[in-house]
Amino acid sequence: MKLGYFPGCSLHATAREFDRSLKAIAGPLGFELEELEDWSCCGATSAHQTNHLLAVLLAARNLALAESQGIRQVMAPCAACFSRLATARHEIAHDEALGTRVNEVLRGEFANSVEVQSILALLRPMTSKIQESAKAGLRGLKVACYYGCLLLRPPEVAQFDDVEAPSSMEQIVEAAGARPVKWGKRLDCCGAGLSISRTASVVRLGRAILEDARAAGAEALVVACPMCHTNLDLRQKAMLQRGEAQLPVLFLTQAVGLGLGLEPGELGLARHIISTKALIARVSSGGESAAQAS
Amino acid sequence: MSEHESFDGSLAGEVRAATGLNVSACYQCGKCTAGCPMAEEMSLKPHQMLRLAQVDSRERLFEDDSIWLCLTCETCTARCPNGVDPARIIDCLRELALRAKASPPRRIAAFHRSFLEQIRENGRVFEFGLVANYKMRTGDLFADVTAAPGMLVRGKLALLPKGIEGIGEVRRIFATCAQAARKEGR
Repeated sequence: MKLGYFPGCSLHATAREFDRSLKAIAGPLGFELEELEDWSCCGATSAHQTNHLLAVLLAARNLALAESQGIRQVMAPCAACFSRLATARHEIAHDEALGTRVNEVLRGEFANSVEVQSILALLRPMTSKIQESAKAGLRGLKVACYYGCLLLRPPEVAQFDDVEAPSSMEQIVEAAGARPVKWGKRLDCCGAGLSISRTASVVRLGRAILEDARAAGAEALVVACPMCHTNLDLRQKAMLQRGEAQLPVLFLTQAVGLGLGLEPGELGLARHIISTKALIARVSSGGESAAQAS
Repeated sequence: MSEHESFDGSLAGEVRAATGLNVSACYQCGKCTAGCPMAEEMSLKPHQMLRLAQVDSRERLFEDDSIWLCLTCETCTARCPNGVDPARIIDCLRELALRAKASPPRRIAAFHRSFLEQIRENGRVFEFGLVANYKMRTGDLFADVTAAPGMLVRGKLALLPKGIEGIGEVRRIFATCAQAARKEGR
């Protein structure tokens, strides 16, 4: 299966391990990624919060590129990129005047035919394959699956899973041998859009998410968005109260990769700010008893 | 779309012309505010923003920081029982505030400018350049210095931008949007 791949700016920089771990699991799971040539930034928060037309056009340029490169389906692992591309596709499809405008500016014959897919939509149909290949897998590692905001919302745009009671991410990690915990904050926003410009707000939001995950007994948090990851991993030391244990934050692709028995190095697990060493030891040999003893 | 009603001078009319959405459909149940992660930091809560838009009180909306604190997490939009789409309306209010020359909180404005400048210059965002540019604009030189070395060591920050071939098209998009904003600004 060959799939158009829109990495977005973060997967080429702060979240390079998301890109790396995605490519690492592609082989074992039998899909192939074809990076969109000459892609540009989706516009992210700054475009849509200040200029709607700019937001639509920056995203649409990439959809038009995909179309001209014969790509029918684009997967964007970053939740924000996914949301911007899917929103542009949705709005153009429902607003003829906007579609005409987009075509004028892009000077092409853009038919808005490219489907946009999230990482959850890519991996959920592969759960049985993950389960078959995982063998010992994640050895019952207790994880809190964090959806955050844009993977599922708004439902008209994301068109995937149940917006208030989703289960896709839990199904994926369960197939990889983890035990997803039940917790309350999995759909709450981490505030990444204000990460640099209003850090105190983001620390407040992030702390509540981390504390809830830990209270539910999670040994790791699993995310599917580079902004969530930066926010919850990088800023974690500022978020936790003194003396609280740190919580490793894994990309969904890293969790699946570990479950498939791939080497931690191949998955970029050493690149995180909060160490993943103990977690790797726990899933590679120790099993549950060792974790409980520690 | 043709049902976008013509502009009648009111704020609700402007929102409708820009988005096709009907602010008047809000009946103030407050569900948006109840689920909003930023509500406790806002002096105007999401349902109050919608109410002020209904009664054409643009000064109070545009002079307050609250519209700029919305994270567009879309919780309100997913839960609104009357399909009002508060997140999209707040985006629209921000755009109208900018056209009315209202100023967003300084750091938030600096971040958006730095971010968009990165895209216009390179076609993509280089986080190192973004942070440097933001620090220049805010004079906030020490924010995040504790994080930067760790990120460099882990290869998380790319030091040099890599351009794209289609940069001309990206710049044309920016020019078109700037021109449209000038034309619509009053």
